[in-house]
Amino acid sequence: MWDYTDKVKEHFLNPRNVGVIENADGVGEVGSLACGDALTLYFKMDGEGRIADAKFQTFGCASAIASSSALTELIIGKTLDEAEKITNEDIAAFLGDLPKEKMHCSVMGQEALEKAIAQYRGETAREVEGNIICECFGITDQEIEKTVREHRLTSIEDVTGYLKAGGGCGNCHDKIQQIMDGVHGACVTILPRPKKMTNIQKIRLIEETLEREIRPTLRKDGGDIELVDVEGSRVVVNLRGTCASCSKSQVTLKSYVEAKLRELVTDDLVVEENHL
Amino acid sequence: MKTVYLDNNATTRVAPEVVEAMLPYFSEFYGNPSSMHSFGGNLGIKVREARARIAALLGAQPEEILLTSGGTESDVTAIHAALAAHPHKRHIVTTRVEHPAIKNLFEQYGKNGYRVTFVPVDCEGRIDLDEFRASLSEDTAVVSMMWANNETGVLFPVDEVAAELKARGIVYHTDAVQAVGKIPIDLTRTDVDLLSLSGHKLHGPKGIGALYIRKGTKFKPLMVGGHQEQGRRAGTENVPGIIGLGKACELAAGYLDDIDTRVRALRDRLENALLEAVPQAMVNGDRANRLPNTTSIAFEYVEGEAILLMMNEHGIAASSGSACTSGSLEPSHVLRAMGIPFTAAHGSIRFSLSHYTTAEEIDFVIEKMPPIIERLRQMSPFWKQAAQSV
Repeated sequence: MWDYTDKVKEHFLNPRNVGVIENADGVGEVGSLACGDALTLYFKMDGEGRIADAKFQTFGCASAIASSSALTELIIGKTLDEAEKITNEDIAAFLGDLPKEKMHCSVMGQEALEKAIAQYRGETAREVEGNIICECFGITDQEIEKTVREHRLTSIEDVTGYLKAGGGCGNCHDKIQQIMDGVHGACVTILPRPKKMTNIQKIRLIEETLEREIRPTLRKDGGDIELVDVEGSRVVVNLRGTCASCSKSQVTLKSYVEAKLRELVTDDLVVEENHL
Repeated sequence: MKTVYLDNNATTRVAPEVVEAMLPYFSEFYGNPSSMHSFGGNLGIKVREARARIAALLGAQPEEILLTSGGTESDVTAIHAALAAHPHKRHIVTTRVEHPAIKNLFEQYGKNGYRVTFVPVDCEGRIDLDEFRASLSEDTAVVSMMWANNETGVLFPVDEVAAELKARGIVYHTDAVQAVGKIPIDLTRTDVDLLSLSGHKLHGPKGIGALYIRKGTKFKPLMVGGHQEQGRRAGTENVPGIIGLGKACELAAGYLDDIDTRVRALRDRLENALLEAVPQAMVNGDRANRLPNTTSIAFEYVEGEAILLMMNEHGIAASSGSACTSGSLEPSHVLRAMGIPFTAAHGSIRFSLSHYTTAEEIDFVIEKMPPIIERLRQMSPFWKQAAQSV
């Protein structure tokens, strides 16, 4: 169970200012059903530039409801310049603190207030570049692509760790995967290889390269290749099919197989035929 | 304030008879069953009796029961043993709706060189048997498929799966933590190889559980050290816990009928009354094929943690499929795997009854729940438009 302060519990059980203001001067909506919390904030100005009334509607957990209630209490009676300075920490402090995992509820309050004030002042929401992929946290395809490329991220978990993207409802996981596939698919051979590989990684990469790059070429000529062993930088192989009896097989081995493995695995590999 | 406890899939009250049976083994008979002297050594007889009672509830032989610290240890031991017995096989299969004990274990094996298949379920939480069969191969070492789901109570086709796997020579483990003590289980008729159970889910103590290992199933211990449990699990026996689990199993055999009739009727009454009183509510999972004590109800457009805390004000204890109770941002992986829409998954509440649940308690919950949902919906920005659209 969450360790909520008495003030959080009190504002959850008896929230202040729940409801809608018809003809509100400012309205700010944040969150969505998918994310598990959403808040709509309304305020009405008096004749002297102060917030006369504020109301909210919230879908969410106890701390989301308490944070919304706290927010309305904090802004009523303030000028917009004063209200604008309210941060999520102020909301948390008003409630006597929130559990760390619940701080996003107070952030939601701050964001709703920013939006409502911006709306009142007739400002348009800040422009975002690209298309929003993660709607829960408002992360765009461009941001995801850039981060995936820079940090060579390969899992959705990693993307969530860096950007929060995909950490909410999970609806965008397929899209994030597509972006990663796009990034990695496009530059599979350009990506710098990890400097140091374990033997297992090296063997796997050799096998992959044989399978994907080398075997198809040899097979076109009725040949084939089989990995026998890897000892340090020595790669021992068997040549099969027409390759086995081909007089040019040593050339193939050195100028094609070895060159390809050096290019795609590590540049110190020496390919030898199995003579056992 | 009196607690109305409807969270029996999380843990259960220890039966008074169980407590009574255990007490002497803390203060009076505190010996070590491995000792040479009779003060300790005689406890071996008591442990044996308890093991026989556990076996009897499952239709198993006493020597097929390995005593563990609980469901999680039983699960980890089972999969570890199955993989050790088939070191050349690199594929393992489970479902998308397992308890985290299995889910996270399989994900970890997935990061360590195993190919893992998580078989999907349909919108009512039922496994797709064709997809399951198609996932199996020569390389499959073990399948872990639960007996009953902890969140929805949905039962899995254990008999069919067991028969299929036996024919293919694949080890079958089932996490039966939610099933044992709630529905009859007879392992002379169901060919599972390994089965996990937990004491505290059937009115026994916490910290004790068992793994059923069918005779002839290859086994390798997870805990090495002393020779306890015939060399299959090192560590001095938790004698009071074992006595308690034995007693709990004996009692469970006696109240299975009550659960199937009276408790089932209470569950149905609760479910039907809430569905009738609360608009836009629905049951998660296959209603026809469930544990008799469990219902998971989705209340759309409200959030589970808020519901639970308001219920808490009335002393009603249940649990939710909501993200906000767990610290993660995503709602229950079980409800997500079933494709339950977010509008419903966030507001899903699981009520799980027990042998001790009374009709008065259920009536109390039926009275208190609808106003709670109504109150939270009035606060929700989505409710008004949702209600208008119906």
